[in-house]
Amino acid sequence: MAEYETHDYDVIVSGAGGAGLRAAIEAKSRGLRTALICKSLLGKAHTVMAEGGIAAAMGNVYPEDNWQVHFRDTMRGGKMLNNWRMAQLHAQEAPERVQELEAWGALFDRTADGRILQRDFGGHRYARLAHVGDRTGLEMIRTLQQRAVALDVAVFMECKILRLLSDADGVISGAVGYWRATGDMVVFSAKAVVLATGGVGKSWKYTSNSWECTGDGHAMALWAGADLIDMECVQFHPTGMVWPLSVRGILVTEGVRGDGGVLRNAEGRRFMFDYVADMFREETADSEEEADRWYADHSAGRRPPELLPRDEVARAINTEVKAGRGSPHGGVFLDIASRRSPEYIRRRLPSMYHQFMELAGVDITAEPMEVGPTCHYMMGGVRVDAETGAATVPGLFVCGEAAGGMHGSNRLGGNSLSDLLVFGYRAGMGASDYAEGRTGTPAPNQAEIEHTVAEALAPFERDDGENPYELHHRLQDTMQDLVGIIRTGDELDQALERLDELVFLAGKVKVTGGRAYNPAWNLATDLPAMLTVSRCVTLGARDRRESRGGHTREDYPNADPEFGKVNLVQRQPSGGGMAEEIKIGPEPIPEMPPELAALFEEGH
Amino acid sequence: MAAEVVMRVWRGDSSGGAFAEYRLPAQEGEVVLDVVHRIQATQAGDLACRWNCKAGKCGSCSAEINGTPRLMCMTRMDQLPEGPVTVAPMRTFPIIRDLVTDVSFNFEVAKQVPPFAPPPRPEGGYRMAQVDIERGQEFCKCIECFMCQDVCHVIRDHEENKAHYAGPRFFIRFAELEMHPLDTNDRRELLRQREGLGLCNITKCCTEVCPEHIKITDNAIIPLKERVVDAAYDPVAWLGRTILRRRKASPNEAAAHGR
Amino acid sequence: MSVEGATITPVRLGGVRGGPAARTLRRDRWWVQPAISAVVLTAFVVYSTWAVFVNKDYYVGAAAHRDLISPFFSPCITASCVAGAHGTFLVITWWHITPALLILGGPLGFRLTCYYYRRAYYRAFWQSPPACAVADAHTRYTGETRFPLIFQNIHRYFFYIGLIFNVILTIDAVMAFRLPGDGGIGVSVGTLVLVVNAVLLWTYSLSCHAARHLCGGHVDAFSKHPVRHRLWRLLTPLNARHMQFAWVSLVFVALTDLYVRLVASGAFTDPKIF
Repeated sequence: MAEYETHDYDVIVSGAGGAGLRAAIEAKSRGLRTALICKSLLGKAHTVMAEGGIAAAMGNVYPEDNWQVHFRDTMRGGKMLNNWRMAQLHAQEAPERVQELEAWGALFDRTADGRILQRDFGGHRYARLAHVGDRTGLEMIRTLQQRAVALDVAVFMECKILRLLSDADGVISGAVGYWRATGDMVVFSAKAVVLATGGVGKSWKYTSNSWECTGDGHAMALWAGADLIDMECVQFHPTGMVWPLSVRGILVTEGVRGDGGVLRNAEGRRFMFDYVADMFREETADSEEEADRWYADHSAGRRPPELLPRDEVARAINTEVKAGRGSPHGGVFLDIASRRSPEYIRRRLPSMYHQFMELAGVDITAEPMEVGPTCHYMMGGVRVDAETGAATVPGLFVCGEAAGGMHGSNRLGGNSLSDLLVFGYRAGMGASDYAEGRTGTPAPNQAEIEHTVAEALAPFERDDGENPYELHHRLQDTMQDLVGIIRTGDELDQALERLDELVFLAGKVKVTGGRAYNPAWNLATDLPAMLTVSRCVTLGARDRRESRGGHTREDYPNADPEFGKVNLVQRQPSGGGMAEEIKIGPEPIPEMPPELAALFEEGH
Repeated sequence: MAAEVVMRVWRGDSSGGAFAEYRLPAQEGEVVLDVVHRIQATQAGDLACRWNCKAGKCGSCSAEINGTPRLMCMTRMDQLPEGPVTVAPMRTFPIIRDLVTDVSFNFEVAKQVPPFAPPPRPEGGYRMAQVDIERGQEFCKCIECFMCQDVCHVIRDHEENKAHYAGPRFFIRFAELEMHPLDTNDRRELLRQREGLGLCNITKCCTEVCPEHIKITDNAIIPLKERVVDAAYDPVAWLGRTILRRRKASPNEAAAHGR
Repeated sequence: MSVEGATITPVRLGGVRGGPAARTLRRDRWWVQPAISAVVLTAFVVYSTWAVFVNKDYYVGAAAHRDLISPFFSPCITASCVAGAHGTFLVITWWHITPALLILGGPLGFRLTCYYYRRAYYRAFWQSPPACAVADAHTRYTGETRFPLIFQNIHRYFFYIGLIFNVILTIDAVMAFRLPGDGGIGVSVGTLVLVVNAVLLWTYSLSCHAARHLCGGHVDAFSKHPVRHRLWRLLTPLNARHMQFAWVSLVFVALTDLYVRLVASGAFTDPKIF
């Protein structure tokens, strides 16, 4: 029988990024016994990497901004694949969530009259992003972290959750994991479980994501019987660093473009003017002069094309590089040096300045940056109820990047931080309501615990087997080469074959050394989730035979209105696991009520 | 560029350890963390090392490189002097394994900080001028790498002081709150009596190692020391305070907030 | 006022430290900086002690057509001061040893309690610590929480005293424009030396951390105190150079004394410029 320590809580939250912290704060302030569990130290979650800002229609800079405009921008950015109710709640509640952060001590940049300053970002009609220089995510996570500490939320740091546990009736009743410091197993029983585990980027070779983004929540929810939607919709951020190779993929904030930076190819041409899709032509400038007027006064011209939604810009850069007009290291040039003063750049973009100075030896106040697309964000995720974050299995709540629907097929910059706050809060509420209403003591299934522990420890038992680092590299190569920014049916089929092989090999991983802080073993326990999610992305990409948002098929280059009406839903009906069968099929997206649909007809 | 890099990495746990030497082919543009990762992938899979973002934003990969606390992800190999590169865990904290230390001391201290206490939120939100928050914003750049805590000799060389010393990371947190234009708590007596502000002898090593270039000593610790002087050591300031009405919550109330 | 009654989570101690036991793993020349500090500070102390107890050649008077006084001896307020060096309204008759001792307490206290000099001498002399990530030379450490170091907290009063001396030395510098019997008012090298010395002492005082706090640093909401904010913004860039001002003004004070001393002793005459 496996040895483990046990803990009992009303609500456990897995993941301590913005969404997880916000959910834990809500549950704790409702008086529930709440635990927050995270794979890293508290405050290191990927949220700290968010740079640009929190999108909220507060109207501090442009009073004509309101939730309807924000809602409309979000839906159009997501190519109408979004869950309309989530997008609506998000647009309506984001301002209150931002103000709340300020009451907990966040120090946002200010307008001249002392309100929260808002900046421009791609796809947002008005300057809407509450920000702190280019380190908004850090401010947000620190504020939430300090709030959680003040409320005395129990925090389990460097504790990795392996699997969700259900009771005899199939209701989620806890989770099993291990302490990274010791390798000792730990079992949580809980009346409600919130997953806020973030993204999946570590399955790709060039990604802005940290090592933690292995899709644990997506995979665990799927294994536990929940539905996943839109898994093919992966956002490639247009501007990641491309050189030196060791830092390839690290994010260059969209704020560079919001603050006046422009994209040029090797010929020096502002090529984005050549890539304005019909959907955005009406609101996009058609000359450099008009675009440049816009920065100072949005009524003096239309938006520069550099600020189109991310999928559009990423595809354009990809095309330029493929056409041989790229920069020496295979990117394009992002130039702010020739357009803004050094003082302005250092004040507005301090961490970008340091990042390039220290990692690449490039002074961005004097020379252009080299940038290219990098895997950044998973729009798809667990299918949830918009109001409560409840997944399709009872007792499970999901928020943040692990949840799907909010962003449709493409997320606008700045909408992720507000998503974390709005739906972190809602999932915290939902889980609290559920836990308060749940009768009896949660009794996690003993057999599931035994099975999970045995499976996790198996790599130590093998005399011969695969190197987990080697498998991870092969997975990254597969996803980068075959399920990247531009996809084709043949390559996706090929990817599925390779993934099947990797899944087989992952069952034979061998690690040496002890259980205490053993990164090889930690990686081995991350592989099942990474492989599961990679399979889902590839399956979704194969079946969505159209191009929409973050999903681009070379063999189906246009959007198909029929596909625009459905989510591709994936589930594991016959048992959860990386090697188990995944069923995929289209299901209609919820229909928007007429008063919201009307917002898209007025021709704003 | 040398064709080979030689790394001397500390391997061990609470029962002891030693430097292990690894030789790898050199690669262009690499940082120390890249080389550690290559050691993990090819020579020592269980080499423990804490890291997250690899972009200098999360503050996880703190270690002592050639004897100086630095972020492994922001230290380029080509900027280190020729010869073997020494990588050791942070000395001030108990070791877990290899390069990973138990930094929970810092999370314990964090619980002692009396939180931000603003007045009730007015309709339409708080109003603050940019100039009022700029000092605090500098301190909010902190990524909690805890290298200032590591290098501070007050606890680095005197373990017993950990019981009553918050350390530079938390002095900037206190400074952020004390200088916040809306805050109503007074944490000065707490700083003097329980957080050991007087133990700091301003030798500025925290400022030297800060990867975010926060002027910890000049902009946070010394201003706090001066504020404590106002509260506790300056007879004229004391007189002024007794004559005028005090505006902030008492230290006792502030401390009680922090449990 | 006490917070002793407040309940605070005690910080958990324990665990075993890892890593090598060496005093430091640094291989750069970390000892250079503290060594330079130690040499310069020692040289200053030795020179100034000698200058104070020699107790002569600190004033160049009308006989040499100048009015130059060493900063170590200004204001010369004892009756034992050489003729012409002291004023008329404040003359202390009961002090018989060197007048400099009476005077130097103020500026010395200012520098001794200065936030920058503290760093320099704690590192260079007390070796606590000698350099970053190099182990402290002492096993016990209580910082500035006890007698006598708790008195570092009265730095601001020495700052005020320092200001008085700055005013006096500024007057000395103005007076040095008088060249009795050598054309009335003019400029000599000695004049310039005293002027530069006074300017440097002002930069050192105004860049002081206590000054920065007193003029505006104590304010939470700058927008409600525009004048204090302006002052604070004026002093802040100076404060960033406090270390440089501290060294330059220290060395220059000694050089000023040396210059006056050489002229007064007749080693050479102070050249007139115009």
